[in-house]
Amino acid sequence: MSDSPPTRIKEIEARKLSVHYGRYTALSGANLDVYRNEIFGIIGPANSGKTSFLRVLNRMDTFTPGMHFEGTVMYRGKDLRDWRNLYALRRSVGVVFPLPVGLPLSVYDNVALAPRLRGVRAKAELDVTVEKCLRRAALWDEVKDRLGALGSLLSGGQQQRLTIARALSQEPDLLLLDEFSIAVDPVTTMRIEDVLKELKSEMTIVLVTNLTQQARRLADRTAFFLQGQCVEVGPTSELFSDPKHEKTQAYIEGRFG
Amino acid sequence: MQHEDVRDFHWYVDKAMASLVFLGGISAIVFIIGIFLFITREGFAFITQSMDIREFFFDPAWRPTSDSNPTYGAFALIAGTASITGLAVLLSIPFSLGAAIYIAEFAEGRTREILKILIELLAAIPSVVWGFIGLSIMNPLIIDMFDVPVGLNILNAGVILALMAAPIMTTIAEDALKAVPDRYREAAEALGATRWQVTLKIVLPAAKHGLMAAVLLGVGRGFGETMAVLMASGHSINVPDGLFDSVRALTATIAAELGETAVGSEHYQALFTLGILLFAVTFIINLTADLVMRGIKRS
Repeated sequence: MSDSPPTRIKEIEARKLSVHYGRYTALSGANLDVYRNEIFGIIGPANSGKTSFLRVLNRMDTFTPGMHFEGTVMYRGKDLRDWRNLYALRRSVGVVFPLPVGLPLSVYDNVALAPRLRGVRAKAELDVTVEKCLRRAALWDEVKDRLGALGSLLSGGQQQRLTIARALSQEPDLLLLDEFSIAVDPVTTMRIEDVLKELKSEMTIVLVTNLTQQARRLADRTAFFLQGQCVEVGPTSELFSDPKHEKTQAYIEGRFG
Repeated sequence: MQHEDVRDFHWYVDKAMASLVFLGGISAIVFIIGIFLFITREGFAFITQSMDIREFFFDPAWRPTSDSNPTYGAFALIAGTASITGLAVLLSIPFSLGAAIYIAEFAEGRTREILKILIELLAAIPSVVWGFIGLSIMNPLIIDMFDVPVGLNILNAGVILALMAAPIMTTIAEDALKAVPDRYREAAEALGATRWQVTLKIVLPAAKHGLMAAVLLGVGRGFGETMAVLMASGHSINVPDGLFDSVRALTATIAAELGETAVGSEHYQALFTLGILLFAVTFIINLTADLVMRGIKRS
């Protein structure tokens, strides 16, 4: 049976994907597809391999000593290993880390960094991009009067939204969110979730989350990871209402993890 | 019966240890004040009685052994020290900064470890060995290459001093770069920045205080160096107007002359006054470096 309409384009195709850190195996033999313009949720307890999966997608293995992966991952029809210019790959993939990393630059410069790296110099163009991205990350109203302040001095929740704005500023095709709501209050979380629903029409979003209800609210399809295995993938409504695997059911019902 | 708590005894041990480490801590202050008092006491009579401040700072004639009319102009010595140190810093900044960036940002695994060990080894070479290299290798090399009569000059001493200061500057600069959290690098690389863009736009600005301190400590190192400079500079009193002039440094003057003077004589006291000057300048350089480094923690 198919878990999605056959006409949809596959943005990511992972086959027998294993991720190792030295001798430690974080993820083994995962097979899953992510379709274009969907929100793909990944749920599962700690140490289940969720973050490792994301780290492969923008080839973080190249600057993590000891990290390597096996199997194949096709991104936009091209094997990840065949992207010779990794910087081009990373430009097309936006990442939001679980703990906010406000670079030691001003709020403005944080968001303008990616366009500047790309070669944009015109102040007017940068102004537009910065405002647009900050608005989308639901941060504009709070920082519009202090764009020159250090980004690392914002509160945790504001810094997290700053990193989201920064990720959006590179106009990614694929947005990876790694437990973005850890440092954000519930109200702001809801606002960002609304933003993500809008962004879906422009990009593909992979959302790793500890909050099963967040995946339920947002994700079109969801995968359940456990102890380095991808236990189950399916449309979110099916996975939550009729899980095929008893461990999935146990996790969703909060019986462990 | 109640057991005795060992901490009743350890209360005394705690007090005793606290006073012991307190003594260790303040000994640094005691020593620095002691040294300062000693050199000031020895030079004090000269400063208050016979020193002509204008002559000391602006007259190039350092003729302490003249029978008829001894003069104590330190201008040539100050110019000698300044020119050698200046050249050394100019030469060593690009090398040590480059080395620090390579080690901290680009080198990996074994290459990095080997480089770090080698650079620390370089810092451990005794200064007399550097002076020896200046005398026996650099000297003929400079004579050959530039067709000058003497190879013991500012260029020679500056290069030797640059080689001596570079390992220290590299080590401190590398520490400053390493103190920039890796999550900044990851975040910038995730935005598609190249390694060099990350270095230039994120790491160097974040480490700028530490890098400035590294340069300052390199300056302090060059300023206080004696033996290598004595051997490589030519040791002749001269206000230089070119790289190939021989000069004499403040430190070298003290080292070469102090043994020959009568304790308490005017010459003896004048040398201590040079010592006060050196002490004051290195103190200011180190203090500035320290304040600059503390600047990072505050911001």
